[in-house]
Amino acid sequence: MRRDARDKLSEDAGPVPVQSRPAIRRELKLQREADGAWLGKFADLPGCERIASCTQCGACSAACPLSIYMDVTPRRLMALVRSGFRSEALKSRSIWLCTSCYACVAACPQKISVADLMFALKREAIETRVYPKRFAVPVLSDEFMNMVRTRGRSSDFWLAARMTLRSSPAALFGMAAIGWRLWRAGRLRLSMEGIHLLAEFQRASLARKDAA
Amino acid sequence: MADAPRIGVYVCHCGANISATVDVAAVAADAESLPNVVAARHYTYMCSDAGLALVQADIRELGLNRVVVAACSPHLHEPTFRRALASAGLNPHLLQMANIREQDAWIHTDRESATRKACDLVRAAVHRVALHTPLDIRKAAVRPDVLVIGGGIAGMHAALTVANAGKHVYLVEREFSIGGQMARYDKTFPTLDCSLCIQAPKMTAVRTHENITLWTGSEVEEVYGHVGDYRARIRRRARYVDENLCVGCLQCVDACCYDGDLIPDAFNMGLSGRKPIYLPFAHAVPTVVAVDPGSCLNFTRGGCDRPCTDVCGRDALDFDQTPWVEEIEVGSIVVATGFEPFDARKATEYGYGIYPNVYTSMEVERLINASGPTAGEVILRDGTRPQAIGVIYCVGSRDERYNPWCSRVCCMTALKLSHLLCERTGAEVYNFYIDMRAAGKGQEEFYQRVLNDGVQFVRGKVAEVCDWALDPSEEGKLVIRVEDTMTGYVRRVPVDMVVLTVGMSPRSDSDELRRTLNVGCSGDGFYRERHAKLAPVGTLTDGIFIAGCCQGPKDISDSVSQAGSAAAEAIALSVKGSYDLDPITARVVAESCSGCRVCMPLCPFGAIGYAEPGGKCEINAALCTGCGACVAGCPSGAIRQGMFDDAQVFAELSGLLLGAGSGSSGSASGRVPPAVSLQPSAEATGSALR
Amino acid sequence: MTGSSAPANGTKPKQYSYYPGCAIKGTGIAYEESLLEVYRLLGVAWQELTDWSCCGAQAYMTVDAGQSCMLSARNLRIAYQSGSHDIVAPCSACYLALRKCKDYVERYPRMREVVGDFMPASDLQAIANVRVRHALDMLYVDIGPSAFRARATRPWPGGKVACYYGCQAVRPYSEVDRDGNPMRMDELLEAVGVPVAQWPLKTKCCGSSHTGTLHEVGVRMGYLLLKEAVRRGAEAVITICPLCQFNLDVYQKDMTRSTGESFDIPILFLPQALGWALGADHRALGLHRGISGAETLRRWFAGPREGASDG
Repeated sequence: MRRDARDKLSEDAGPVPVQSRPAIRRELKLQREADGAWLGKFADLPGCERIASCTQCGACSAACPLSIYMDVTPRRLMALVRSGFRSEALKSRSIWLCTSCYACVAACPQKISVADLMFALKREAIETRVYPKRFAVPVLSDEFMNMVRTRGRSSDFWLAARMTLRSSPAALFGMAAIGWRLWRAGRLRLSMEGIHLLAEFQRASLARKDAA
Repeated sequence: MADAPRIGVYVCHCGANISATVDVAAVAADAESLPNVVAARHYTYMCSDAGLALVQADIRELGLNRVVVAACSPHLHEPTFRRALASAGLNPHLLQMANIREQDAWIHTDRESATRKACDLVRAAVHRVALHTPLDIRKAAVRPDVLVIGGGIAGMHAALTVANAGKHVYLVEREFSIGGQMARYDKTFPTLDCSLCIQAPKMTAVRTHENITLWTGSEVEEVYGHVGDYRARIRRRARYVDENLCVGCLQCVDACCYDGDLIPDAFNMGLSGRKPIYLPFAHAVPTVVAVDPGSCLNFTRGGCDRPCTDVCGRDALDFDQTPWVEEIEVGSIVVATGFEPFDARKATEYGYGIYPNVYTSMEVERLINASGPTAGEVILRDGTRPQAIGVIYCVGSRDERYNPWCSRVCCMTALKLSHLLCERTGAEVYNFYIDMRAAGKGQEEFYQRVLNDGVQFVRGKVAEVCDWALDPSEEGKLVIRVEDTMTGYVRRVPVDMVVLTVGMSPRSDSDELRRTLNVGCSGDGFYRERHAKLAPVGTLTDGIFIAGCCQGPKDISDSVSQAGSAAAEAIALSVKGSYDLDPITARVVAESCSGCRVCMPLCPFGAIGYAEPGGKCEINAALCTGCGACVAGCPSGAIRQGMFDDAQVFAELSGLLLGAGSGSSGSASGRVPPAVSLQPSAEATGSALR
Repeated sequence: MTGSSAPANGTKPKQYSYYPGCAIKGTGIAYEESLLEVYRLLGVAWQELTDWSCCGAQAYMTVDAGQSCMLSARNLRIAYQSGSHDIVAPCSACYLALRKCKDYVERYPRMREVVGDFMPASDLQAIANVRVRHALDMLYVDIGPSAFRARATRPWPGGKVACYYGCQAVRPYSEVDRDGNPMRMDELLEAVGVPVAQWPLKTKCCGSSHTGTLHEVGVRMGYLLLKEAVRRGAEAVITICPLCQFNLDVYQKDMTRSTGESFDIPILFLPQALGWALGADHRALGLHRGISGAETLRRWFAGPREGASDG
């Protein structure tokens, strides 16, 4: 993660290099860096209402197939949320590694929906714009949502193409071979539907407000 | 009523238990304006000596003749306040309690409405108590004998304690031997003394004690009666062996001609097999064999050569034995039916029942036991000896998916097994725990000892046990995947043997016995004590006490302590010889009784009789529990019940409803609106409900 | 699209709402072809949800939970209005999105409020009556292994297969099958004579959502699955989700490239195997659409050469 992004949220948070070589870092958390009210935000979020019951047993991290790639394991993420270390949690790569396979949810002895917490953190990271800009996962989500909003359905082909263009254009060539094989097997569909969902959502919402 | 009611109202703060949610001063002020109320006060602890003195002084100085206490549940302190009334010279039944703690302060958060509710409850009590009449407490004789249900360590200890006090005990055990779960254990924590060595003398003492009648293979089928006079029917299963003749020489077992697969030995958790005729376990008490009719050829094939009968020099086998019932009369009952180990199959992530080398802690107790199936050698189901062992804590405990409670003993059990496995196998032993709970004498010290044994400790809940090898070093092993929350690594630990430290569950049939005995259970299914701190062995049914793990998970020391306490309660009753009958029993008003006998089948306790000469029904006060079924059922309104006269109940209701809709009687300006009174006229009292 | 065949006894058969979802109309087309062919052979009546929209999957949930839930609520409402109240979603991601929407609307007032902005309260109540079914759940519970055993006409020509259930069909709602060692797919396949290999990775994540973004991570997750399936004697993997199938099928060359271990095994959909046993034509089952394991597929099903396309 790039340091400039990290320091935007809280200037005092995060490691401060005291010496360039060897890399010894000072890490001390002052209580004022913690956002005491943050946990409360999750209380009425579906699936997140039991976060306070976490006993830090680590079953989520152990069950998670991606935890071995994470900078902060799901258990530690849970602790960050509970302690109110908001920027640390939102900036972690971990939330973008979650594939929502729900292994953590099935493993949790406290019936906490860790996967739903991940979704909530991802949403907040997007809202507050603290995520790695060229990291492909949030880009995918964004492209996907826009496609569904305007077309009603998604298309693997157009999604892959647009996303790759935005995150790593060079990879387009690598994808061509796979695309060709899929095309030959009759598995690529290039046409797109035209259900304008966003308009539908907005119309319905406006109609209700008018009625009220 | 001769004298006009002069009522005192006493509102308790209960520290802050009540006053934090209820404006007690407002409740007292509101009560002051109620009819017949002479004084209304509030105080920090009404049940303290000072609080009681306050009530007693008012009785003397203000000439109170009725008292309302607004405090906790009458289950807790009604006896306290009744005693206070009595010592101030007032009949104890001229008291009414308004429960503004459990039924108000503890379950509400809004102060204003909670205060309003308290005012309503107090008003109801004031209206009711005005109609209370003095009642006489009668004494009933207590039968001296005691029934103890369950022959595990708690039941045995309770039985011996009562028997040593010179009282007779019936000890009923379902299995064919006493000993319970403790008989299975190898060594006990934290002292590591051999379980059997400390238990065997107790087992022998139970069998030989002149004051103990021991019935094994027996179950309590029915219990009726009340404190001081319980009658129980005990069903005794046929063991097809005369207990008085068999000496446990086991020649019959050797001779048995059964040729099928051996039957899984329940005592050894299925790790070994037995024949259809068997001794429950090597040190069983009584040392008498039993025949299992489910597999004995004599039953399954309708006959065999019966070599067992031939070799028995004492002619002890009796294939014609049938189950029979013993009826006993006792003054009190101690329930010590124990627990059931959590069924590890439910936690599918640990592969119990799929991978043969995954064991439960109960199985390991047998596996390392010198009298166990492998004579104490740790030989796995696949015949190998483990080089690495993983001990998983909290299996089925502290887990909302299974049992949410902490089973209390598992940390120590796991430490003990780790120590013993390490000592006996030389294997690398890994412990996977969530939180180490080693409270109790000598237990933290034992943890320290095991920490220094060279045993490895990983703090983290294991997510799965699997035979999937990710690395050549894991081939042929069981792999434990866990987050080591101390180092922050997700780890894979390959082992040869997994030990699941299973927690304690209530017995699956505990509900049946609960209904037979009419005792309660808490949400977790364990039997509920009368009061968590002050009456930990009592139940809400007088004369029935609970001890050991049927009340909740606990270790041997605590089970024995609790059993001793339960025994003391039973002895106290027995020694006193009599019991105060709460005069809430029903009585028939002979002039009104038409003799229709509708009430008789309604009574669950068989307390109602019919007197032929007069043609009237009669209620045996000693058997009546005051349930009120007959009172409500009598078509002539001829049955009255102490403390539950229709007039009293209606007065309470109207008192409660008087406040309805007034909206803000939480303020001190309470007054009684001239509302319609629900109270029936004195003449109509008997039939107002119908 | 609709499908039905009049049953012999003249009673009106139960009709299912069929919710294909986006993936099945594209890369997972063989799933639709084979499922509907199985339905045709068994006389199952179905009608495709009119004007259905995307389920939102996890990507939409990542950006906007309320709208994500609205998408599913919209689809559930269409099913309710169609009169066919069992909505069959063959795709595990679609299944979970629908199931979760129903659950959240039922359990969480706040979610009811948000979705309530999009549809009137009466519609919100109506969708509670729609039963969300995964194709596996429907095939196992409503048809069942014994019916398949009775209707099977053709022996399995191939070797052992490994049943791969994936994640979202069994978690967090264990209604399609249990999370710990599910067996329903195994039972269905055994009923029609397909030998199944037992393996412990039936419900481990395939990494599908990362193959497009964190490619190496996603590919490695798929690789671990296939490696273990092969180690346990499987010659093909059977899936019940178009995303799993795609991930395991399409990236085998990448697995080979990054590990040096050669992979070329067919990844099939459950109804492809079931349909084969019922006597269906290999093309009708979309058996020619696999990317990997073409050689094996040809050997087993004697199909045409790889690459034949109907475009």
